[in-house]
Amino acid sequence: MHEMSIALSIVEVASDEALKANAKNINEIEIEIGTISGVEISALEFSLELAVKNTLLENAQRKFISIPAVAECLECNFTFAPTTFYEPCTSCGSFTIKIIHGKELKIKSINID
Amino acid sequence: MCDTCGCDQSNDEVTIRKPGEENNKHSEHTHEHDGHTHSHSHVHSHPNDHKQEHEHNHKHEHQSHSHERKIELQTDILQKNNLLAERNRGYFEAKNIFAINLVSSPGSGKTSLLERTILDLKKEIKFFVIEGDQQTMNDANRIKSVGAPVIQINTGNGCHLDADMINKAINELEVENNSVVMIENVGNLVCPALFDLGETKRVVIISVTEGEDKPIKYPNMFASSHLCIINKTDLLPYVDFDIEKTKQYAHQVNHHLEFIELSVKTGEGMKEWYEWIKTFSKSK
Repeated sequence: MHEMSIALSIVEVASDEALKANAKNINEIEIEIGTISGVEISALEFSLELAVKNTLLENAQRKFISIPAVAECLECNFTFAPTTFYEPCTSCGSFTIKIIHGKELKIKSINID
Repeated sequence: MCDTCGCDQSNDEVTIRKPGEENNKHSEHTHEHDGHTHSHSHVHSHPNDHKQEHEHNHKHEHQSHSHERKIELQTDILQKNNLLAERNRGYFEAKNIFAINLVSSPGSGKTSLLERTILDLKKEIKFFVIEGDQQTMNDANRIKSVGAPVIQINTGNGCHLDADMINKAINELEVENNSVVMIENVGNLVCPALFDLGETKRVVIISVTEGEDKPIKYPNMFASSHLCIINKTDLLPYVDFDIEKTKQYAHQVNHHLEFIELSVKTGEGMKEWYEWIKTFSKSK
């Protein structure tokens, strides 16, 4: 259950940034999670409910943005949308692909006052 | 707060100890409310420095108008771990240390591989070992008995090692220049994949008694590894394990992955593994 580690990191990073901006409160947080990042949004949401207690994020609205995986074929340069790490290029069938999107674990923004 | 289940205990169950320090009371501590008052000394590992963000009182009163504003961050959630991992990596590079992060399911033979490797190479290479398990000093004691300096990280309920634990462990171990540091991660093919420790190379171990489709069942781990060791090849006559199929699956996930087939028990294939270590190690 590494999602709790991820949740605590989110609280820490967001709180640090909010304090730097002299915020009293974080009203909203936007979190980007890639579909093949290894983090499940539902498990992360569950962990965050606990992790935000007594922090600036306690009452923040949490918005999750799922980033679909995008891969580029290194053989034919075709760009396609795999659902896993190990899908062949949908154009030429090669497994020699490079993941361009889908591994994101990011805090996109916070809304503070 | 606990890193694992979110209970009110902070993550103080993590202990970092050398063999012989099992009953060391220094790793115990007491909590007094949530202000983190600890009565202990040294080797206190805390992967996340929990700050007390609450009770943050502004003395200056704002006017009635709203100050609501949006800050675009685009910050990596794992930035703290990744920064610490880079510090570890710099430490290893500066001291000419080859650091290996060994990952696998429980029971694939990580500790046995380490024992045999240390016994066979200790005249040529200076090894330091960091053992990661939820509980017990068993692995550290096994490594100590083959003659390598070792430190045991017990993660309590935690499912992976992180860069902060490694940072503390290498300081405790007093790792020497030009050595090889072997980090045996917690047996788990899921969580350790996400946490960079600052290692030079990540080695994933699979044994022939496991399913040959492990690489596509746990793709994150195989995608982030440099070398895949296929262990227990002496058991191949007794199990339905197709090595070529495994390699094919693993290459689908990571086309850079190298393979070494070996049996720690019989010694078959160990030479190739030793050559691989020597290629990257600066030991004389």
